Amino acid sequence: MSDPAVEMTQQTDSGISALNAEQFRKVVEAALLTAEEPLSLSDLKKLTEIPLENRWLERLLEELSDRYADSGVELNRVASGWRFRVRPELQPHLDRLSNEKPPRYSRAVMETLAIIAYRQPVTRGDIEEIRGVTVSSQILKTLEARGWVEVIGTRDVPGRPELLATTKQMLDDFNLRSLQELPALEEMSGLLAQGSLLPDEAAA
Amino acid sequence: MTQNALLLDPAEPVARIHGEPLLEIPQDLYIPPDALEVVLESFQGPLDLLLYLIRKHNLDVLDIPMAQLTRQYMAYIEMMKQHRLELAAEYLLMAAVLIEIKSRMLLPRPSKASEEEAEDPRAELMRRLLEYEQMKLAAQRLNELPQAGRDFELVQVLIERTAETRLPEVGVEDLRQAWLGLLARAKLNAHHKVRREELSVREQMTRVLRMLRHGEFEPFENLFEIEGSVPHLVVTFIAILELAKENLVEITQTETLGKIYVRSSRGNDSAD
Repeated sequence: MSDPAVEMTQQTDSGISALNAEQFRKVVEAALLTAEEPLSLSDLKKLTEIPLENRWLERLLEELSDRYADSGVELNRVASGWRFRVRPELQPHLDRLSNEKPPRYSRAVMETLAIIAYRQPVTRGDIEEIRGVTVSSQILKTLEARGWVEVIGTRDVPGRPELLATTKQMLDDFNLRSLQELPALEEMSGLLAQGSLLPDEAAA
Repeated sequence: MTQNALLLDPAEPVARIHGEPLLEIPQDLYIPPDALEVVLESFQGPLDLLLYLIRKHNLDVLDIPMAQLTRQYMAYIEMMKQHRLELAAEYLLMAAVLIEIKSRMLLPRPSKASEEEAEDPRAELMRRLLEYEQMKLAAQRLNELPQAGRDFELVQVLIERTAETRLPEVGVEDLRQAWLGLLARAKLNAHHKVRREELSVREQMTRVLRMLRHGEFEPFENLFEIEGSVPHLVVTFIAILELAKENLVEITQTETLGKIYVRSSRGNDSAD
């Protein structure tokens, strides 16, 4: 589809001349806007027969992202690739269109997710050890149904408990590229310094 | 349940359990009776409850006053029982752990014969509390991150991808073509019908006989309608053969390759 656009591009060092880069950026934009899932670099390369360099493609994506800087939507890079999303600060307005309030997960679910995210791979037993309570199947089902958590194997101990880990989907949904981007854990020394640390959560 | 609701005016009477003033209840914790269950249920487990007690009372996690903490913990357990909350076994287990730690601390240390300095019985509890608190805070921060579906939607320009592949696109031109096709076929059908009438062998037989009604010999080629189509001629030919077979006409040729004449066998008889 874009081949005429990209064809003349090999003339320049960067691979694609300015004019045709412009053309191809539109192709990429259209592909990203219509895609159901984030598109990876290798997905985007399929848009043309011309072999593209990652570096070049990334620069093009960043340029495209810049173009949306002053817009209601933004182009993000997440674990699975690039995708458009609504700016979170605008979401409350969009929510007014539907009567349903977006569901929130319980503390139990979020704590379980946090333990799996930060300590993965973990078994159910590991989670129970940290939380001090039984992990109900419902919690894990909720996380699995959301596509955030999956079984990635079993631990080689008696009973062969399943090992749980978070998925790319989970990173995507939190707008993260990798686990490294998770909020930093509170240092133990910080916890000992306490005082300010305890929010009202116990009663909230 | 907001924190404000929990704030206790110092002048208010303190909650009582079994008629006894419950001094162990944190001074800042006033719980309307109907909200108590909610509050108690909101603890994620014994570790959560212990953390709450420790933080509320500014206790030192590194040097937990076990007697004080255990008393407070038991008071909460008692409240939970009072309100017939189903006490998870973990809460009772933790009570046992607390008491065990306290009792181990009361016991005289083993003599210095033991090699390493005996570990503080509270160490394991401390480790677990801190680890839980760390994850609890992590969960809160994770929950503060914008979540797809909850805090933001993904953008997708809706294109009918499936419909597009399954259903071919139809344009005005396609409609026109289809209509013309229909017309052409209708024409073809109609034409065909007419021709079937036209090409009826019987009809040709009648026509030929009519032409021969005068009883004279008629040149063979005159019986054909020259302007007619090839099938037309063929049918006429068949009609003549048929008439000959039925002895309705006689066909004569005076010499080889000469002219062929046809005449009605019965002279003036009409074929009809």
